Amino acid sequence: MSSIGTGYDLSVTTFSPDGRVFQIEYAAKAVDNSGTVIGIKCKDGIVMGVEKLIASKMMLPGSNRRIHSVHRHSGMAVAGLAADGRQIVARAKSEATNYENVYGEPIPVKELAQRVASYVHLCTLYWWLRPFGCGVILGGYDRDGPQLYMVEPSGVSYRYFGAAIGKGRQAAKTEIEKLKLSELTCRQGVIEVAKIIYGVHDEAKDKAFELEMSWVCDESNRQHQKVPDDLLEEAKAAARAALEEMDAD
Amino acid sequence: MDLNNMGDLNAPHSMGTTIIGVTYDGGVVLGADSRTSTGMYVANRASDKITQLTDNVYVCRSGSAADSQIVSDYVRYFLHQHTIQLEQPATVKVAANLVRLIAYGNKNMLQTGLIVGGWDKYEGGKIYGVPLGGTLIEQPFAIGGSGSSYLYGFFDQAWKEGMTKEEAEQLVVKAVSLAIARDGASGGVVRTVTINSEGVSRKFYPGDTLPLWHEELEAHTSLLDILNAPGPEPMNI
Repeated sequence: MSSIGTGYDLSVTTFSPDGRVFQIEYAAKAVDNSGTVIGIKCKDGIVMGVEKLIASKMMLPGSNRRIHSVHRHSGMAVAGLAADGRQIVARAKSEATNYENVYGEPIPVKELAQRVASYVHLCTLYWWLRPFGCGVILGGYDRDGPQLYMVEPSGVSYRYFGAAIGKGRQAAKTEIEKLKLSELTCRQGVIEVAKIIYGVHDEAKDKAFELEMSWVCDESNRQHQKVPDDLLEEAKAAARAALEEMDAD
Repeated sequence: MDLNNMGDLNAPHSMGTTIIGVTYDGGVVLGADSRTSTGMYVANRASDKITQLTDNVYVCRSGSAADSQIVSDYVRYFLHQHTIQLEQPATVKVAANLVRLIAYGNKNMLQTGLIVGGWDKYEGGKIYGVPLGGTLIEQPFAIGGSGSSYLYGFFDQAWKEGMTKEEAEQLVVKAVSLAIARDGASGGVVRTVTINSEGVSRKFYPGDTLPLWHEELEAHTSLLDILNAPGPEPMNI
């Protein structure tokens, strides 16, 4: 569907005549084909949610976590190749611990995002490495308040109010833009994120999915943690109800 | 130049020293004496023991002059890089932690006690003591150096929480001058550095502005002044 980079797409150290590095763009496609991952910044914290597509009915619910805690105050939701994601999370954890050992304070989220982005970018510079096939949404709460960053396979990292990657990102972004994020608390944000993920899930193309959500906010004492089970159930119920309403029309 | 009796002059430069760091409502006041001694000889009677690490963090140095200077230089270098990376001023806690890592990591070779003090927008005015072994301890006030032995009782009585800037400065000057009166390895002038949200302000108190304590003699005009005095008035016939 997109242009073929014949000849210029064999190595990440080759530019095409129109200035593109095709290998990085192909890496981004791996992210685009994965389940949707969303992050939003509410007024008192960050909420992240993942549409975890279930490959097999035999898998235990709750396994294959896509959201990981990087440090007490921050977490990462991964889209794309899961094994690549594990590497990035490991590196982020190591950077966070190392920073705290040297500087005596928890790593500022901005600094963490820069280090993760540098690491991802590193793998786009050498022919003997391949780019990471995953995008990462990083949410954390430090002394400058809650912050949300997204890191792409190219190594680019921006700060966002709301971000979405994966299959349903276009629809998800539209939904996120409708939200008044500065007025939402994280409790409300959890419900909204659940609704969006249920909404963008394509029943026809993908069969089952599991909703995984995490937050870091004032209510969680600025710790990154899984959304409490009761709130998660409440969110799922609200999302299913909203879907039925839409279908009823 | 009798090399056998020159032991003192060949002794390492040491700052006998009195150093103090005090928090007040809105910032910190750092104070120190100005005597650097090589054994019994005063190598520098007007040294500046309060050294800048960043725009908003300073450190009081005591013990070996060389060791404390090297530690300050390294920490200033690391903090500079950290500030560039962070794109905002470093916090006092980070500065103190870097000092501690060097002091603890090289504890077998270093002999220096430091007091790190400054102001940042997250925590306000903070004082951290890093004594000989490389501990890091946050304190509302800290004293160090050989002269500090004479100040423990004084601070127990005179220290109070939530002082104004003027009260804190006066407390520091009084304390350093008390220590100078009793400690032979402390002397010279009193220097203070006050750090708050508005910035940094350095003050200097020469010996004749300091109060006299029990049995201290008043300074007399030096006999050398007679040489510079104008001649006697000519008589009028």
